[in-house]
Amino acid sequence: MGLENTLFESLPDVVTVNLDAVVNWARKSSLWPATFGLACCAIEMMNSAASSRNDLSRFGAETFRASPRQADVMIVSGRVSRKMAPVLRRVYDQMPEPKWVISMGACATSGGVFDNYAIVQGVDKIVPVDIYIPGCPPRPEMLVHAILMLQDKIMKESVKDRRDTFEAESRESSVPGTLPVTEDTALERELHAEVDAGTAARPYSVPSKHERRRSS
Amino acid sequence: MTEKLHEYVKQIKEKNADWVVSVVEGHGEVTVTVPRTAIVEVCSFLKDDHDFDMLADLCGCDRGPEEDPRFEVNYHLFSTEHFQRLRLKVLLTEDEPNVHTVSMLWQTANWHERETYDLVGIKFDGHPDLRRILLPSDFDGHALRKDYPLRGYEPYSLN
Amino acid sequence: MATAVENIPSQFEVLDQPLESEMTLSMGPQHPSTHGVLRLDLKLDGELVVNVVPDIGYLHTGMEKLFEYKKYQQGIVITDRMDYLNPLGNNLAYVMAAEKLLDLEIPERAQIIRVLMCELQRIASHMVWLGTHALDLGAMSMIFFCFRQREKILNLIESASGGRMTPSYFRIGGLMMDLPAGFDNRCRQFLDDFPEALETFDTLVTGNTIWMSRTKGIGVIDREEAINWGLTGPSLRGSGVNVDIRRTNPYSGYETYDFEVPVENDGDVWARFMVRMRELRESHKIVRQALDRLKPGPIKADSPKIVLPDRDDMRKHMDSLIHHFLIVAEGFNVPVGEVYMPIEASKGELGVYMKSNGGPKPERVHFRGPSFVNLAALPVMSEGEMVADVVAIIGSLDIVLGEIDR
Repeated sequence: MGLENTLFESLPDVVTVNLDAVVNWARKSSLWPATFGLACCAIEMMNSAASSRNDLSRFGAETFRASPRQADVMIVSGRVSRKMAPVLRRVYDQMPEPKWVISMGACATSGGVFDNYAIVQGVDKIVPVDIYIPGCPPRPEMLVHAILMLQDKIMKESVKDRRDTFEAESRESSVPGTLPVTEDTALERELHAEVDAGTAARPYSVPSKHERRRSS
Repeated sequence: MTEKLHEYVKQIKEKNADWVVSVVEGHGEVTVTVPRTAIVEVCSFLKDDHDFDMLADLCGCDRGPEEDPRFEVNYHLFSTEHFQRLRLKVLLTEDEPNVHTVSMLWQTANWHERETYDLVGIKFDGHPDLRRILLPSDFDGHALRKDYPLRGYEPYSLN
Repeated sequence: MATAVENIPSQFEVLDQPLESEMTLSMGPQHPSTHGVLRLDLKLDGELVVNVVPDIGYLHTGMEKLFEYKKYQQGIVITDRMDYLNPLGNNLAYVMAAEKLLDLEIPERAQIIRVLMCELQRIASHMVWLGTHALDLGAMSMIFFCFRQREKILNLIESASGGRMTPSYFRIGGLMMDLPAGFDNRCRQFLDDFPEALETFDTLVTGNTIWMSRTKGIGVIDREEAINWGLTGPSLRGSGVNVDIRRTNPYSGYETYDFEVPVENDGDVWARFMVRMRELRESHKIVRQALDRLKPGPIKADSPKIVLPDRDDMRKHMDSLIHHFLIVAEGFNVPVGEVYMPIEASKGELGVYMKSNGGPKPERVHFRGPSFVNLAALPVMSEGEMVADVVAIIGSLDIVLGEIDR
């Protein structure tokens, strides 16, 4: 019927893919986390990474890079205190694009048990978060599930959504509580179209309303 | 079990009767209230002559803005020779929340006193390095005081 | 030297005699050594450490203030998160302090199970210590072996209480629930497999010449200084002081168990390491003795106004229902007083100072965390050592930032 079919028939051993699929597959299969273990959830993170029972490296999250400049995903595991918050933001800014954030545990997601002067009530007030993991602490299997969910999310992204931002620009431009990366991007438009058409696979692929919350 | 501790209290009283303001016994422990100006002498007497060579804990407490005296500092002494524990208490008023440091006797008091200053606001005279240890250095107020609200004052902001 | 100075661009400042000035290095709160968010200001002369100033507070959670706003029973949940490698130890200290204030008598089965759980927790905590200490010093395969044993213990704790790392198993007056069926068999199986694991550790680490040369003679602290700086636990016993709270101020029936307290005299990283390795064997002995002693019996104290009744009882009898409602909704009033309850946690003397003013919520709860006091002695231990040795010394002190910052 068209050029691609004649090509496919004449060269049956050549498989055509589009750039997004290749790039996203490469990105998701080698997600290197940055060590950001803060408190008890860090020990469960160590359990899932450094233990042979729940092993993250079989999904590509092989090495936990100590330097944020070599990392793809930041797993914020543990409670973020007010003294630690600027450090968290700085480490996030030091990561090069593409970068994702997983907020592990109840304390990182929303302050957890600690509703007081010392703990930031949710790390999404400081950095944009892609996956939230509930639990106190979440089981290591839940972290593995979160990495798999993040891999599904990455497969649906598009290369044109991400561009390198310089550190100062990113710090000024992102308002705490918003998600600069997924706002008005191809991913979100597709998802809205899917939801309107009624074909979205709930609950995983639809971003919940509080992800777009502007302030507390 | 507390007979040995009462002996120590008797020794303190014999050395100087002003040093003991009151003695309370409860749950197998003895608490001696010591006047604010005499704490260093009492501690060095107990450390040098009666083998209380470890300061297990030093903690401050805010009783509330209506109480007078408002603050108290508790010293928990422990001996590695005879394994007895004694508590010394110093009461401080709101206008003068100062007490002399004991960090020249026990080095471990250094960080404990910094923590007490940080959280309750009690100043230790003669401390080599009295600054905040747990809260951020630009924090306003003392968090563990009864009139400081649980959730703090301003909403969280990045700076 | 002169040619190097000429080639430096003008916006950089050139120090006179740059090789003789001190360098300050900030080992920042995010670093690969997995002990938590600790910041160290190292003042270095080349590779030698002149001074170390620890900067803590990056995990300050305001727990002591939270305790004043929660009833006594609600505070148990918060103590789990303090020293998160030894949550049952924290629970025990808090619960025993409250029981001391209330003058409660704990039944024997509850005391035996408390000892059993605490010693299992001590083994689990030492597993993390050993794995991360070895990882910091480069022996990377230890962490897998250690976490394997820890998984077994966490499974046991989870079967009893429902939580792996935050069990909240103890209650004021006894335990939350009795041990499940089959716990005895699984625990005995773990105990039978554990000595083999200990031999593996010895083969991998203890007899290793690289390990010995990296840990012997490093970070020495002598007896008088250790006591003056308030060190407790294995760090103190590594310097030759035979003080173990389980022997000096026994609690929960520890005086009836047969175990030794390991003491080493050198005061260096190797001595502290050997003390903890020997403690693993002693804990193993205590768990076996506790298992053999278990007899059926009540697990909660006989005090209906303080201890929650059984669910069946609550559903059938009116007074149990009323007690349940009052305990949960209003809490119980604790008589006026203050106590200091020290226990031997896996890191040292964990002391709880609890002050009550007669109401359902405490007036002041202060946790004397052993890691807080042990870390203060770090400058003394690491003066004159190299930067890599500082990592070894921190590992040997076995600090947990949750306990330091509370």
